[in-house]
Amino acid sequence: MTMNGWVQILIFSLVTLAVAKPLGLYLMRVFDGSSGFLRLLERPIYAICGVDDKEDQHWSRYLGSLLLFSLASLLLTYVVLRLQHLLPLNPQNFPALPDRQAFETAVSFTTNTNWQSYSGESTMSYFSQMTQLAFHNFVSAAVGLCVAVALLRGISRRGEEARGRLGNFWVDLTRGTLYVLLPACLLLSLLFVQQGVIQNFTPYLDITTLEGAKQTLAMGPVASQEIIKQLGTNGGGFFNANSAHPFENPTPWSNFWSMITIFMIPSGLVYLLGRMARNVKHGWSVWAAMFVLFFGGVSATYWAEARGNPIHAARGIDVATTEGNPGGNMEGKEVRFGIANSALFAVVTTDASCGAVNAWHDSFTPLAGLVPMVNMQLGEVIFGGVGAGLYGMLIMVVLTVFIAGLMVGRTPEYLGKKIQAREVQVTMLYILAAAASILVFTAISVVSKNGLAGLNNSGPHGLSEILYAFSSATANNGSAFGGLTAGTYYYNTLLGIAMLFGRFALIVPVLALAGFLAEKRVVPESSGTFPVSGVLFSTLLVGVVLIVGALTFFPALALGPIVEHFLMGTGVLF
Amino acid sequence: MLRGQLRPALMITVVLCVLTGMIYPGIVTGLAQTLFPRQTGGSLVTVNGKVVGSALIGQPFTRAEYFHPRPSAAGSGYDATASAGTNKGPTDRKLADTLIGLRVDSALTEYSIQRGSVPSDLVTASASGLDPHISPANAQLQVLRVSRARRADSAAVRRVVDAHTEGRQFGIFGEPRVNVLLLNIAIDSTFPMPSAATAAAASSTH
Repeated sequence: MTMNGWVQILIFSLVTLAVAKPLGLYLMRVFDGSSGFLRLLERPIYAICGVDDKEDQHWSRYLGSLLLFSLASLLLTYVVLRLQHLLPLNPQNFPALPDRQAFETAVSFTTNTNWQSYSGESTMSYFSQMTQLAFHNFVSAAVGLCVAVALLRGISRRGEEARGRLGNFWVDLTRGTLYVLLPACLLLSLLFVQQGVIQNFTPYLDITTLEGAKQTLAMGPVASQEIIKQLGTNGGGFFNANSAHPFENPTPWSNFWSMITIFMIPSGLVYLLGRMARNVKHGWSVWAAMFVLFFGGVSATYWAEARGNPIHAARGIDVATTEGNPGGNMEGKEVRFGIANSALFAVVTTDASCGAVNAWHDSFTPLAGLVPMVNMQLGEVIFGGVGAGLYGMLIMVVLTVFIAGLMVGRTPEYLGKKIQAREVQVTMLYILAAAASILVFTAISVVSKNGLAGLNNSGPHGLSEILYAFSSATANNGSAFGGLTAGTYYYNTLLGIAMLFGRFALIVPVLALAGFLAEKRVVPESSGTFPVSGVLFSTLLVGVVLIVGALTFFPALALGPIVEHFLMGTGVLF
Repeated sequence: MLRGQLRPALMITVVLCVLTGMIYPGIVTGLAQTLFPRQTGGSLVTVNGKVVGSALIGQPFTRAEYFHPRPSAAGSGYDATASAGTNKGPTDRKLADTLIGLRVDSALTEYSIQRGSVPSDLVTASASGLDPHISPANAQLQVLRVSRARRADSAAVRRVVDAHTEGRQFGIFGEPRVNVLLLNIAIDSTFPMPSAATAAAASSTH
């Protein structure tokens, strides 16, 4: 580890902190309808689409709109990918995707996962990338925003007036896209281009290298997709190597902005929580809990990767980082990013549900590979995906308040609303659904021939590859232990189901919880109310997140990365 | 729950698809190609009017008179239509014994250095398989081979390497590095190979 590495991590942390308040305030103006500079664009959309923007939807209707929209956009993408060979902007003449892969990819991008069982540069036409994958990058992030904002309304509205109503899905979707995602992308995509990210529609370029060899450079409209990939915490790379590819992430500066744009909206949403709950301190306390978990993850990953692999060191590699030698574990990493930025990126992308990678997690040392896996298994609540991170963390907050209530023997309250049987039931449903999807699918895969057929590594690392895949799919992350051959009927189908489950089986309980809370009267705070701000609350929240995660996943992790760590120490190879 | 929602669902899908999937990338392309034409096309590098590659994409070099890039798992090596890493794990036998082990052994002979002092990027495959950079330590090791093959003064070659060693961006971000293609172009122009020598050096490569 180097001083400079820590300085880079510190600067990243400070910028994430600095954007929280301004962005949170802007998000508030967007979703309470007071920001209106794009009305000229917004009004015709409602008119064409037949949206009554004055309608305040009951939570069940809000959910219905969300599901219908997701279904419609999923089907559109499936059809386009199946007909890719007939559509324009396909200079490399790529054929249509097979049914299994078109299904999985459509699901993957609709659910904000962006798990990819294909290599972009040898599978997807520019048309498919732009009009389907990039389109989903926008709207799946906007849907995440909708759910988070709906939950915040549920928390903050007075039950007597709201009676379970959460706002208007169509308006939230449109405004999230128009006011938040599009302007930021227009601006920041130019920063990416300036650093060297390509943006063109030319066919792949054949060149003769300095030594006279032939090299073909893959091209495409990358920058416009790259920025929303990060800002929307999507993570689906234009190219197979994702953010390690020099055309997607050419410089340390573009890398820095990639990471900032991943954390930007999630950080702002936590501030929005404080404002909408009329308890700014609560927002900051949740932010602090997230930051503690983030910083712990970065420290562990950076330490493990900088320490390097003792087996490779014994072969002769110098693992000490100096000004000239990157040191550590450089397998699957780029020189321009080195150890510190690769470790930081891996933690950021899995804290959030992004899934972009600038280094291969599969080649990380076992404990460094464990951290991204745990981040996803905790439900990506550490800043988290756009919207999804906040609603996931609020589930944990409700659980924390409930547990604190049990400890002192009072009916728990959260921001003036009583947490009762129904609320705790849907909260537990959320937690159990995620855990079940990860563990059951992993268990099936390790005992089935089709599941084991995809492995690129054997021994405990093989289990890690499968466990990582289902953690990533369920948590809608999309990063991978990339060695797993996932482009098969078995994995396309199972991972597709895990992604659907991990998205919608969690959104249903969240919107139900939001609706239930929006029916409740606000009870005045009393001396027995458990305070939801301050060090005690943040500590409890961190504890609940870690304990729920550890109890659920420790046995599986012990058989994968943890045992591999000890075997690596003794030099065992597979 | 769903009454009257089908039309908004279908229409908004189409409207947002056109807006974010066609109009938005169109605007970005227009702006980007006007403001940053070199970058949008891939930061291509020309020598004597001929494109020899992209400054951002690594390319294979095997001859003794050139600096060599990192090992690549992209296709058969530096295939810029098949970016990839090995995805081999930390306890993988092939990675430790064959890939890293054999490369270390040949580096020990070629550069006559001690086991345990091999720069980590010299023997490990990058994430993209297209890493355009090597570490300064890696480049310094290769100076002797390149200067011998070009019958050039090694101190002079070292000066070119130093001039092509990039520091951290803005002094803070990323890691120090050397762009292999740009360095090799500079070496070619500073220490040109007579055509006979090129052929001889080419035949002596391993």
